[in-house]
Amino acid sequence: MNPKAKIAARVAKEFESGDVVNLGIGLPTLVADFIPQGIEVVFQSENGILGLGPSPEEGQEDPLITNAGAQPVTILPGGCYFDSATSFMLIRGGHVDVTVLGALQVDEKGNLANWMIPGKMVPGMGGAMDLVTGAKRVIIAMQHCTKSGGSKILEECTLPLTAQGEVDLIVTECAVMKVTNKGLLVLEISQDITKEELQSQTGAKLIFTEELKIMEEAI
Amino acid sequence: MSKIINRQEFADLLRDDLSIMVGGFLGVGTPESLIDAVIESGIKDITLICNDTGFPDKGVGKWITKKIVKKAITSHIGTNPESGNQLNSGETLFDLTPQGTLAEQIRAAGAGLGGILTPTGIGTIAAEGKEIIKIKEKEYILEEALSADMAFIKAVKADKKGNLVYIKAARNFNPIMAFAADIVVAEVDEIVEAGEIDPDNVVTPSVLVDYIVLGVK
Repeated sequence: MNPKAKIAARVAKEFESGDVVNLGIGLPTLVADFIPQGIEVVFQSENGILGLGPSPEEGQEDPLITNAGAQPVTILPGGCYFDSATSFMLIRGGHVDVTVLGALQVDEKGNLANWMIPGKMVPGMGGAMDLVTGAKRVIIAMQHCTKSGGSKILEECTLPLTAQGEVDLIVTECAVMKVTNKGLLVLEISQDITKEELQSQTGAKLIFTEELKIMEEAI
Repeated sequence: MSKIINRQEFADLLRDDLSIMVGGFLGVGTPESLIDAVIESGIKDITLICNDTGFPDKGVGKWITKKIVKKAITSHIGTNPESGNQLNSGETLFDLTPQGTLAEQIRAAGAGLGGILTPTGIGTIAAEGKEIIKIKEKEYILEEALSADMAFIKAVKADKKGNLVYIKAARNFNPIMAFAADIVVAEVDEIVEAGEIDPDNVVTPSVLVDYIVLGVK
């Protein structure tokens, strides 16, 4: 399994039936492909859809049914459409159970930076600040290091924040880490890496739970 | 008096230096015919209020490409490289606002409220220079209501009175913008007689809509 698919498959194990889930653009979108049999979640999209279904077959795309990244999607029986104020009442009002987002940086205090690199890339925050603030649970799904090998998990984010102290869980191809008031608690580690290697690839001090599990066994 | 106008009559409503809200989300539910008519009219120095700046050749992105926007209040510009270029050069001002805050600022203006208190953006640069108000130990940013001179919205169908219905994910910002501007122009795919839309299905009440333009398909 490639790293992105592995991350997505592990995140998908976090849901319970009935959860309302909003998936960010990019890697988080892959999570929808790995929902376990028997678990029924309701996907929400900022542009005003509850009950997103799988991607349409080629030639079946409806230009008026898209996700928040403008990709064609479908709507399941029982789904609905609404306006942007209603969409963010759902998000900010705590009616979304889980949001899964990517990150440029995340730190041991649960701070998240994922919307701009000053002077380089300023796409805007879109709905990310509202999602991270309003969703009951925030899961970060990202590759453990940058393409050049730098750590994305830090003691303190250096990029402009998306939100302060809102991240609950970080899932990378290397580990599953919970944000606690004592720091980052490693719940699961990949079979491909040692504790020491994981720590050396991480810019924040890790705490390992006594019941440390192998990440691949949870997928 | 009929609310139905043609493109020339629409162009006659326009002038330089307008603040204009435009409905749509990455080009879905966007009044493309009105956007084109604005370009043809030759007006400039628009203050644009829109969820995003679309794509260089789609939605309000076309205004960015033509450089007729002086300031954009928006949540996302990442799909339009031309916006990024103009942000970096300083040619156009971009006031980047969280999407839920933008929606609620517009809704507040349309509902006669002075502003809203939102937890979104606390501890980030979105809070810079803004008043923070504590309610029951929780911090909120005071965000002022946002109105405009004009709102250009897109609906699938209007009756001749101006009642509007929307379909699918093309609703987004359109219904709230209909409340928040002095002059509201709705581009629609179809115009029917009053009474032909079931009152239960009307989303935007007719009294909010000043003009109706039949879109070019």
